[in-house]
Formats: sequence, structure tokens, C-alpha cells
Amino acid sequence: MSILSPDVFIKKQVAAVQEYSILSGRAIADIFTRPRYWADIYTQMDSIGVGSMPIIILSGFFTGCVLALQSVTALKEFGAVSMTGSLVALSMVKELGPVLTGLMVSGRNAAGMASELGSMKVTEQIDAMRALGTDPVRKLVTPRLIATVFMLFFLTIIADTAGIAGGTLVSVNMLGLNVNSYLHSSYSSLMHGDVVQGLTKPLFSGFIIATVGCFFGMRTTGGTQGVGRATTQAVVVSSVFIIVVDFLVTRLMIGIFGS
Amino acid sequence: MEENLSNTNVATKEPPDGKTPVVQFDNVSISFDVKPVLQEISFSVERGQTLILLGPAGCGKSVLLKLANGLLKPDSGTICVFGKEIDKLPRREMYALRARIGMVFQESALFDSLNVEDNVAYRLHEELMPEDEAHTRVVEALKFVELETAIDKYPSELSGGMRRRVSIARAIISEPDLILYDSPTGGLDPITSTTIIELVMKQRDVSHTTSLVVTHRLQDAFVLATHRFDAASGGMKPIPKDAVGHNVDPGTRFLMLNEGNIVFNGNTEELIHSDDPWIKRYLE
Repeated sequence: MSILSPDVFIKKQVAAVQEYSILSGRAIADIFTRPRYWADIYTQMDSIGVGSMPIIILSGFFTGCVLALQSVTALKEFGAVSMTGSLVALSMVKELGPVLTGLMVSGRNAAGMASELGSMKVTEQIDAMRALGTDPVRKLVTPRLIATVFMLFFLTIIADTAGIAGGTLVSVNMLGLNVNSYLHSSYSSLMHGDVVQGLTKPLFSGFIIATVGCFFGMRTTGGTQGVGRATTQAVVVSSVFIIVVDFLVTRLMIGIFGS
Repeated sequence: MEENLSNTNVATKEPPDGKTPVVQFDNVSISFDVKPVLQEISFSVERGQTLILLGPAGCGKSVLLKLANGLLKPDSGTICVFGKEIDKLPRREMYALRARIGMVFQESALFDSLNVEDNVAYRLHEELMPEDEAHTRVVEALKFVELETAIDKYPSELSGGMRRRVSIARAIISEPDLILYDSPTGGLDPITSTTIIELVMKQRDVSHTTSLVVTHRLQDAFVLATHRFDAASGGMKPIPKDAVGHNVDPGTRFLMLNEGNIVFNGNTEELIHSDDPWIKRYLE
């Protein structure tokens, strides 16, 4: 691997940010103009949404279980075991549900998008698409963007529900808490702002997953090795972005709704 | 189903007038990572002409084709296709213009998740053509390349030569006004190469489509220049000598590139009788 001088390295990074911004801008602009590839949008919704459901349910459920188990130890010291439901529900809805869903879908779909588009790029299929008069951003990126943002929203709700269900199961069956008081505590602790905060995050995560996955796919070079590299970069960058943006959105939401 | 495409654009509707060159390069230069690939290239292709691009590997032949289709943008100079400066066309109009250009890629570039029928009909599906009509057109195009039996196959099930023929069928299905062939015989055995060249010739002599043919095989280039498709026998035949003793196709011209520069631009007779030592060495 060649070593780049600092100025060349910085120029390349700035150019990459510029390319990413242009790609994202075009993908958004194409939502509002024709033609729209509805068949591709539905196919992606099926692949991203329905296809991710098993991992989202499983990871959400067991995260809720672990959260209940871990938190009850700390809450016991303060005699606040009855607050377990509240803690699990708030943690799942505000933070763990959206972030976990984002990270799981990023691992599954950002990688899938980067490898699929990357393979198309190195075999000149994207050039062929352009040569045949089809805009690859409109045909490949925009449907993935729409599908990811739309489906991640609902996947997050499913993850939240599965997490709360997992927490309930552990709290009732293993820790001996009363099911009614547990659910009441969960429900009453959730405020309007918490739900809005939890459901705003997947909109950003969905955008990041689709645009980063497609961006690395569309700029793949270097054959099959390049496809592997693009896939890894897409997962790493989208995961880090999701966590960073999660922090920023949380801070923004605290500013709007208070703590 | 996709909503209607933007192909209602002016770029798709204007017929070539026969006077404006179909392709015109004017002082075009392009570099990749500071390395110049093409330098100050100027040439034009008239309607109905076939321009064969010759030159050693890496001299910029494929880059030139991609520039002609707007897949790459030049660093300087202007490129006009059908009289329109493609650099300055908005994205939407550029895609509409490409609907008039067919392109055969070096490695075929077929969509590997679509079968032969869907690959060939890709452009028709984009134009929302009814399924029955599209199927009829696909069968016609596949008959042209003598591959109608492979209509349900996937690209991975085809040989290299068959893939190249499907790629030609995909390029010609919409009856384009310009076809760009990027090394259509590259990596093929001599017999299959001859079949592909025969198809290029058939398209030239039957449909009279303007074309740019990149090749590094001199034999293919000269077969194209000295033969004509014979509809009666369904094969190619040598062109008989005319009154002045020439037996070459008058519409077929040559452009030779070396290290990003044009070293020859002219007809077959001029190429054969060129005194340039580099050209002589190359032709030998």
C-alpha cells in the first residue's frame, strides 16, 4: 500500500465527503421527481424490512432480558426493584431499540448494498445501466434510501416491543415481579418526548445506512478485493455514524423536550 | 412498475440531420491521477460511417468510447454527439440522449441477476413498452445475433461469445443512431471473433448505423474494412474491386492512437499506404 502525503490524503478525504454529499443530495432529490422505481422500492422494503425482522426481534428481546437482569441488581441496593419496568422501557425506547436496530440493519444491509453495488461497479454493470439511459442513483440508491428509512422506523418499534417483552419475561419469571405493576411502571414512565426521540433516530440511521452503503458500493474499484474493502468500510463507517448521530439527536431532543 | 421515463425529451426526438457529424471531438484531453490518457484529440464521425479505433493496449481507446457516451467527462475540449455538447447537457437530458446510443462493453456487462430476455429488453422495459411487444422485439434482436434459443438463460450460463452476442442484441434493440463497440472480440477465440465481427458488419450494412469500433486485433479491423455482409448467403463476402481498383468499404475509416495522441486518421487505403514508421511497424 502506498503512503500518501498529508495534503493528498486530506484532498482525498474532502473529495470523498463532497462525493457523498452529492450522492445523498441526488438520492433525496430523485424522491420528488419521476420516474420512480416502485418495484425496486418494494423489493428493497421486503429485503431490508421483512428480511431483518428475525435478527431485530431476537436482538431486541435478549437485550430487554439482559437489561432487566442487570438493572435489578443495582436497583435492589436502593430498594427500587419496582422501577425495573420503567428502566427497561425507557432504555429500550429512547436508546437501545433505535441504536441496536440501526447497528444490526447496518451490519446486514449496508454491507449488502455495498457488496451488491460494488460487484455491479467492478463488472461495469453500473456503466452499462448509465449507457442504457438509466440513472443508477435513481434506480439503485433512491429505492434503497426510501426503503431503509421507512422500514427502519417500523423495525425500531418491533425491537422496542420485543425488548420490553423480554424485560417483562425475565422480571416476572426470574425475578418474581408482578406483571401488572411491571407493565404499569413501564407504560407510565414513557412520555411523549421519549417516544418521539426514539422514533426520530431511525430516520437518521436509515438515511446513514442507505447512503453510506450505496456510496461505498458505487465508488468500488479493484475487483473482488475492492468489493470486500467497500463492504467493510460501509459497515464500519455507517455504524460509527449511527452512534455519533444518535448522540447529536439525543442532545437535540433533550434541548426540545427536556431530560 | 416504474412511472414514465423522461424520454419525452428533445434529445430523444431529434433525428440526425445527416449534415452534423454524429460524433465530434474537439481538442479533448483527459488525465487520470495526473497521468494524461488522451491529449488534444480531435476527430469527427459522419452519419453512417464506421470508425475503427486501433492502437496498443492502454492507449486510451476505451476511454475515448466512454467519453463519447458521457460516461467520463473530459478535462478540456468539447465533445458533441448528435450536435449536442454532451458536457453541458443536464443530467436528465444526458440520460435521454444515451437512449439513442447503443454500447457493447468489453466484458459484455450484462446484468447478472436478469435473464437474457430481461437483459435485452432492459431499455424497452424502461420505456414501459407493453410486455408482448417487448418480447417480440427481443426475439427479433436475438434472431439477429442467432441466439434465440438462449432467451431464458442467465448470463452465468452463457459462454463468452454468447454473452458478447447478447450484449450486441441489447445494444441494437432500440435501433440506436450510434453504436459504440468496446473490444467486441476481446478475449474470444478466432472463430467466435469472426462471428462477432460478422454481426458488427451485418449491423453496419443492414441498418447503416454509425459506429465506433475499438479493437486491438488488426485482422478484425481489416475484415470489417474489406468485407460486406451478404444478405442472400447470410454471411460476409469480400468486397469486389471497384473501377479504381479499391476493394474496401468506403464508409469504414480508421483512427489510430498511441500514448494518448492520434497517429492516424483516414481511410483504409491511406492506412495501408502510410509511410509512418510507427504505423508500418504496428501493421506488421
